[in-house]
Amino acid sequence: MKELLSGNAAIARGAFEAGVTVAAAYPGTPSTEILEHFARYPGVYAEWAPNEKVALEVGIGASLAGARVLVAMKHVGVNVAADPLFTLAYTGVNGGLVLVSADDPGMHSSQNEQDNRNYARFAKIPLLEPADSREARDMVGLALDISERFDTPVMLRTTTRIAHAQSFVELKEPQPVVLRPYQKDARKYLMVPGYARPRRAVLAGRLLELEQYTESGPVNFIEWRERQVGIITGGVCYQYVREVLPQASVLKLGMSHPFPRNLVREFASGVGNLYVVEELDPFIEEQVRMLGIHVKGREIIPGIGELDPVLVARHFVAAGVPAVLAGEEVTEAAAGATAGLPEAPAAPARPPVLCPGCPHRGLFYVLRRLKLMVTGDIGCYTLAGLPPLEAMDSCICMGASIGAAHGAEKASLERHGHTVAVIGDSTFFHSGITGLLNMVYNGGGGTVVIVDNRTTAMTGHQPHPGTGTTLMGCPAPAVDLEMLARALGVKRVKVVDPLDLRRVEEVMREEVAAPETSLVIARRSCVLLTRPAGPPAWVRADACKGCRSCIRLGCPALSLRDVEAASGGTPPGKDGKSASKKVAVVDQLTCTGCGLCVQVCKNGALQRGEDNVGTG
Amino acid sequence: MLEPVNVLMAGVGGQGTILASKVLAGAAEKAGYDLKVSEVHGMAQRGGSVVTQVRLGEKVHSPLIGEKTADIILAFEKLEGLRLLPFLKPGGTMIINDQEIPPAPVLAGAVEYPAGIIAHIRAVAPDTVVVDALGLAAACGNARAANVVLLGALARRLPVGEELWQESLAAQVPARLLEVNRAAFAAGYGL
Repeated sequence: MKELLSGNAAIARGAFEAGVTVAAAYPGTPSTEILEHFARYPGVYAEWAPNEKVALEVGIGASLAGARVLVAMKHVGVNVAADPLFTLAYTGVNGGLVLVSADDPGMHSSQNEQDNRNYARFAKIPLLEPADSREARDMVGLALDISERFDTPVMLRTTTRIAHAQSFVELKEPQPVVLRPYQKDARKYLMVPGYARPRRAVLAGRLLELEQYTESGPVNFIEWRERQVGIITGGVCYQYVREVLPQASVLKLGMSHPFPRNLVREFASGVGNLYVVEELDPFIEEQVRMLGIHVKGREIIPGIGELDPVLVARHFVAAGVPAVLAGEEVTEAAAGATAGLPEAPAAPARPPVLCPGCPHRGLFYVLRRLKLMVTGDIGCYTLAGLPPLEAMDSCICMGASIGAAHGAEKASLERHGHTVAVIGDSTFFHSGITGLLNMVYNGGGGTVVIVDNRTTAMTGHQPHPGTGTTLMGCPAPAVDLEMLARALGVKRVKVVDPLDLRRVEEVMREEVAAPETSLVIARRSCVLLTRPAGPPAWVRADACKGCRSCIRLGCPALSLRDVEAASGGTPPGKDGKSASKKVAVVDQLTCTGCGLCVQVCKNGALQRGEDNVGTG
Repeated sequence: MLEPVNVLMAGVGGQGTILASKVLAGAAEKAGYDLKVSEVHGMAQRGGSVVTQVRLGEKVHSPLIGEKTADIILAFEKLEGLRLLPFLKPGGTMIINDQEIPPAPVLAGAVEYPAGIIAHIRAVAPDTVVVDALGLAAACGNARAANVVLLGALARRLPVGEELWQESLAAQVPARLLEVNRAAFAAGYGL
């Protein structure tokens, strides 16, 4: 039976078919759905770990105990998991272990676009790269076979266009689950210097064996067609090449580390002009060059952002190689022509925004009002850094907010009382706890706000250690943030409702002024989880002066309209009759009745829904 | 060999583009086509533009299309249609919902929602079909079925038989809503 599967669903299927029984991950786009899919298969165990390092460590333990294991994360998650990964390469595995790294060229939902193929080389482990969902499924099983045969972790690297693109996969029956016996072997698994040094030599020997394997392995192959143009490629770029250079010979690398040098030499000697098509770093290109082979890659295709078939075609056409688009050969002229077309009206951007009713909005509105330096973190709330709220100064990586606020205060006494770190609940569990511990320990006077919306919202509402449930749907103890903070040594802990602007302002003024570390928990559930059906706010059009105070909240349910247009909304009072006056309008379908706009309105124009005495 | 047909669906989160792409994928699968469907998840979903790319043919390689290669663009919102217009191939078809959803910069008063979108799109793409999807769906009994009205308008222009669309629609829509969705589909199919 064939099924249309995303790359992520296919990886989960591959793990199930290959007898994986333990999987761990931390959610991160574009990897999140792998574990969500895998957890639904019978007879498996899957968990959200608080971060990627813990996820990999759980995977290591499960492998030691003999299970086949899948660990998944987004590209930047591998930075967090790098510590165990590099030493896992020394110890090797018992049960097969595959680490999925989902990279995000073009930064659709990431803070950088690092190329994690480099990690495979850096950590000295094999690297597989699927080009569609079928290969993604197949390569999980292959990765596990390689892992067990060569005693090594294996990286399976996808990109957004593999992870989130759907194509057909012929489903297979799951193979029987075999738990390998565990045998204590300290010289293999106990990495103290005396045992690690011999393992370093084992690692080198294993790489030599893998270099043999990669030459004849099933995923590196040559497709001979016309010999004038030869392309070395892998991953989704293989599809772009097949699309726009259908006559070119192709060396497809499903395994680009270790690098199949002899296969590359054979291919290079059989074609006229050799090219590499790859996104981000010149990972393949540099290894070809090291063989002394002349090749064009970055010279014709830039290494920033993601590619698509038209971009690949354009770059080849510009380099004098004819390409095909939609069945027609592209000439240089057609590849970029827009002449003769009428000029288009400018299309305003439609950036992602905090939802109507989002509890984060209240907190950030106050932080902006107080003109605080806000060191931020990773989550939906990072959107509060964009106009019109513009209430965040920095965002680096998961957990960075707290260390950054502490560092700023240590650099300059003037920052004290003017700096605050803001971090989400899931992000705090991921890597904020150590930052807070550090602030207390080192006598920091900083203020940390945990925007506790009771979920991992941005990636699609995954549970975490504070929610009281697990990925498998089991009840779990929910962390008590207040008690955790007190245990770390924080003496000042306050809880506020972020939609209560007066109270938030009062507490923030007090806490940033306090000489010692303080924690504010701004607690209210994500509006997408609770879906409150509160009556929407409404506008007394005669009272609205068009002052825009409410608009600065950045709520998508609020806009300013000409009063004529506004009367189509639902101000139940008398319709304004004076011409061309702009007044606030509340979208009655999307407003959740959170009441923030009512609190910021100085003119009494915005009214709570429950005070609506009009006809509605 | 049949060249793949490239369809772009563009809208705003919550407009039902995902359901529409699922019905399309289901119908295309029943018709025996190879298929690739590509979307972006994550941060882009919080009220931002939503784009789904669907390619069907005998053999489909790339999950992505690029500029000037879409055979049909199905725009659930006018501004999103304008934004994706550069992806339409010369002579291609634009099916556009006559609905405005102002984005954040417009709500904030930083810029105006552009005027003359339909006129511009018509000038670039003579084969433009403007659909009052909300109105047609409301007339069928539920304005929320606007996405299925648009899907109906797309369906007639793709090489997939109507009965396969009906089967796929029935598989994707809850039974209690099937009747209104069938009516919405028919309203679009007639355009």
